[in-house]
Amino acid sequence: MKAAIILFPGSNRERDALRAVEKIAKAKPSIVWHGEHSLPAGSDLAVLPGGFAYGDYLRCGAIAARAPIMDAVRAHARRGGLVLGICNGFQILVEAGLLPGVLMRNANLRFICRMQHLTVERADTPFTSHYAKGQVIKVAIAHGEGNYIADAETIARIEGEGCVAFRYSDAQGARDRGANPNGSVNDIAGIYSERFNVLGLMPHPENLIDPLVGGIDGRGMFESLAGFKGTPNQDTFGHRSAGSNGGLE
Amino acid sequence: MKARVVVTLKDGILDPQGKAIEGALKSLGIAGIDSLRQGKIFEIELATNDPTAAEGVLRAACEKLLANQVVENFQVEIFSIFASGGLPEQANMSEENITGT
Repeated sequence: MKAAIILFPGSNRERDALRAVEKIAKAKPSIVWHGEHSLPAGSDLAVLPGGFAYGDYLRCGAIAARAPIMDAVRAHARRGGLVLGICNGFQILVEAGLLPGVLMRNANLRFICRMQHLTVERADTPFTSHYAKGQVIKVAIAHGEGNYIADAETIARIEGEGCVAFRYSDAQGARDRGANPNGSVNDIAGIYSERFNVLGLMPHPENLIDPLVGGIDGRGMFESLAGFKGTPNQDTFGHRSAGSNGGLE
Repeated sequence: MKARVVVTLKDGILDPQGKAIEGALKSLGIAGIDSLRQGKIFEIELATNDPTAAEGVLRAACEKLLANQVVENFQVEIFSIFASGGLPEQANMSEENITGT
């Protein structure tokens, strides 16, 4: 598997993403500057790492979402390539129109940096096949704007199509005991695109891959990615044989 | 030609910053404010003097970047500047109220 980590001015978790992709997903990662117009040939996965691209000016992710490389990321997603946006990367994905909705200021107005439990909503995607459905994992969160919202119709569609990837919960997986850190609608911590090849999430699984830092619950995501069978060819997308796309759609 | 773009949160969108500002005003003893919502203003100098062209430019700017229409509305005001008696003055504030949906 080949992965491209997109670097924007103000990104600061690109090395964390690179380490996780290299060590756990066993991918060959490269860092790609946002001013580029294409991803390295044969890229299977594009990662938008955490940080504060463009200093969060205007709105989080707004300016990064219009960077030259994003057209290439959109094209990559259209042909079924995997895109993973973590934290600021999630904010960039919604601003870029690759995922619906928007991430607003945390309801309590505070930047929240701590460990957080999540429930894994489905285990049949390229990002979560090494987790179990309903599994509770503990990963880090660090954000000031993670309060996910969308209009009622969009939320109904996301829920109806099973596009919620992770929800904030407590250690037992309960969601009704104040586990939601930021006011996010339906406790949404991460969502998939309609074809499940684009994932955006606020928490940082890439930081929980080594027991040295207190947990390895983030490994499952990168172990899942290690099993990805490759991006379907652009020309044959839609006509590919079953099983060639790592379970997309 | 000058213009001002005002971006505000749509009705019904929670505005925690506005709420905090509202609370701060109350704590300062400034009475009589029922509610407050905050937004952004962009002051823009345009190369064109044609209001129709200006409207097109500003609409594109708002739709493509300045406002996130998932949660924000925008309003555009275009100021036609006429020189009179050697001094520029704001003779006509032609209202271009383009509200995003």
